Amino acid sequence: MSDTVTTPAIKEVVLEPGKAQKQYWIDLWRYRELFYFLTWRDILVRYKQTVVGVAWAVVRPLLTMLILTFVFGYLAGMESGDVPYPILVMCAMLPWQFFSTAMSESGQSLVRNAGMVSKVYFPRLIVPASSVITSLVDFMISVVILAGVMAYYRFVPGWEVVYLPALVTLAFGAAFGIGVWVSALMVRYRDFRFIIPFVVQFGLYISPVGFASSVVPDQWRLLYSVNPMVGVIDGFRWAVLGGEHEVYVPGLVMSVVLVLAMIYSGIWFFRKTEKTFADII
Amino acid sequence: MTDTAIKVENLSKQYIIGRHADKGDGLRHVIQNALTGPLRWAGNGFRRDPRTYEEFWALDDISFEVGVGEVIGIIGRNGAGKSTLLKVLSRITEQTKGRITLRGRMASLLEVGTGFHPELTGRENIYLNGAVLGMTRVEIKRKFDEIVEFAEVAKFLDTPVKRYSSGMYVRLAFAVAAHLEPEILVVDEVLAVGDMDFQRKCLGKMDEVSKQGRTVLFVSHNMATIARLCDRSIMLKKGQLLLDGPTDDVISEYLAEGARESAIPLYERADRLGNGKARLTHVEMLDEHGRSVDHLASGHALRLRVHYRWEGDDAPPPAEMYAVVSRDETVQFVMSSSMSTGEPIQLQREGCVDMVLPSIPLASGLFALEICLASPNLNETFDAVGNAMFFEVVDGDFFGSGKVRPNEHWKNPGVLVPHTCESQGAAQTTPVDDTGHRRQAS
Repeated sequence: MSDTVTTPAIKEVVLEPGKAQKQYWIDLWRYRELFYFLTWRDILVRYKQTVVGVAWAVVRPLLTMLILTFVFGYLAGMESGDVPYPILVMCAMLPWQFFSTAMSESGQSLVRNAGMVSKVYFPRLIVPASSVITSLVDFMISVVILAGVMAYYRFVPGWEVVYLPALVTLAFGAAFGIGVWVSALMVRYRDFRFIIPFVVQFGLYISPVGFASSVVPDQWRLLYSVNPMVGVIDGFRWAVLGGEHEVYVPGLVMSVVLVLAMIYSGIWFFRKTEKTFADII
Repeated sequence: MTDTAIKVENLSKQYIIGRHADKGDGLRHVIQNALTGPLRWAGNGFRRDPRTYEEFWALDDISFEVGVGEVIGIIGRNGAGKSTLLKVLSRITEQTKGRITLRGRMASLLEVGTGFHPELTGRENIYLNGAVLGMTRVEIKRKFDEIVEFAEVAKFLDTPVKRYSSGMYVRLAFAVAAHLEPEILVVDEVLAVGDMDFQRKCLGKMDEVSKQGRTVLFVSHNMATIARLCDRSIMLKKGQLLLDGPTDDVISEYLAEGARESAIPLYERADRLGNGKARLTHVEMLDEHGRSVDHLASGHALRLRVHYRWEGDDAPPPAEMYAVVSRDETVQFVMSSSMSTGEPIQLQREGCVDMVLPSIPLASGLFALEICLASPNLNETFDAVGNAMFFEVVDGDFFGSGKVRPNEHWKNPGVLVPHTCESQGAAQTTPVDDTGHRRQAS
């Protein structure tokens, strides 16, 4: 059969149980447009039937910044050194907000797209990944706002700002790594629907968003850096504000290692359970 | 047909079903396991403790081959494994054993409108749905006008689909799917959407697809559709491949099998659904004098007496009983206790329910009866048996016109309803035409 002449476009696919399909990654590439369309859909849908539309992407972080500035900078009287407090807050808040929305969105993404998962084939990894990208778009808008606020205060960042993309990548990796784990787990255990908002809320207080991580005693710094967002947020402050905001290098290295481990194990677990998604979702 | 498009070898799919839904499932159990051996637990993925779970083979050692350009029908009762087979073939879920070889790009259509988002406009959904089904953006763009024209929604392209009528919605969804151009197409019961006109259009499209030399696997309960589209069919039963051959043979075997099964006493039948709290034991067909009969004439009174036993531990509750009368897998009408009286019936430990038809509204033929006993809100099925009984209807004077069979040329006119036709002088009326929906037996 297979020795008959066929057009080269016709490819043979063999499906066998338990075999790691090498075409998985090829499929992932082949379905890159779906990736794009899912991201596009999520962005499009989010601001449908709202009066101000995409302006919400601007209003939301701006309001949060004002509230945090008021509570921590004004009421609690936190020190901000020679840097305007709003910039100090935003430098921490933006990566945190990106991380927390990306993580919870991608964690819930599979269950939210249950219809698609149970009715049509595509590499499932696309779903949590595209949710993270969607959040990244929001983050980019927020970065533009940060630039605006900095311009308002006539604050010029130092050369360290070139490291910003690397730090965004790290936050992206952290959100993706956890999101992949959670999305696969949530297919069976809907308990995570309740766990995630709690983690996000709790995380805001244990991450150095409202304060600087130099508050933490030196002997605890490494342990504190188990939270990958500590490295990211500190790095952000250092990259944008420079000066006295220094990066705790062992902590940052640990963040990178942890994030890589999270992504690797997440994808491994995801791939392992992926084939049963349609049966149990 | 020397080229093989699909080759299935010893395909089996096992499902694990929880014996006790509330026992051992959930996070608490998993955390316990995880604490005792976290690595082993993660390595096992979602596999669970075998002691609390039962195995169920949805597909059991199935092998067949499909040549390039063949259109194959898959026939079987509910639960026979048809949908599972399609899901495994389209890679939505993985088989437990066996091997599938696919040659060519495959697209599956298990549901119409997968990935449609209610907030998005028709235009946006065409792109999204196309991408979900595996089309590229260029491909969708090229087909866009054709899709819109086929769906007849040009005016509403920029309206969110949540404001579409359900007819428009399925038309658009089917239109996108119909313009897929894979080498292998897998279709599950999706043609039964929309109104008559659109259904005919869908069938036409399917005809066209199969004539383009594409390989199609097609699942339907509608024997007429299968007979029209497929030359060869496969019959599944309880996960096993029972028959593989010319469609006409397979369909007649399928219908005959249903009839054979109904020869087994109802209380012994194994092919039942429901939680077993009640058991339908016997169905009798009685004529207007209360005599047990096995066939009746159109227009005569019919009394269906369904005997049951309540086997639950609790007291017999109020319940709903309904009977579905169908012909060649097409529902003709439904009788239901709540529909006719507006109230549930009170079950006894042992008893019977009579469903009474003052005048049988069926033309001659063989009809199947499905009976279901359920809780009044239908949340809980106590017992249900498809093909619980077959009965024959012979021609009778339904309309009281004095003629037993009004017109020789009528074949399967559906359900007979009392009506009159009045002729008036001036206006010319066009004769009623056959809808063309059903294929005439040739």
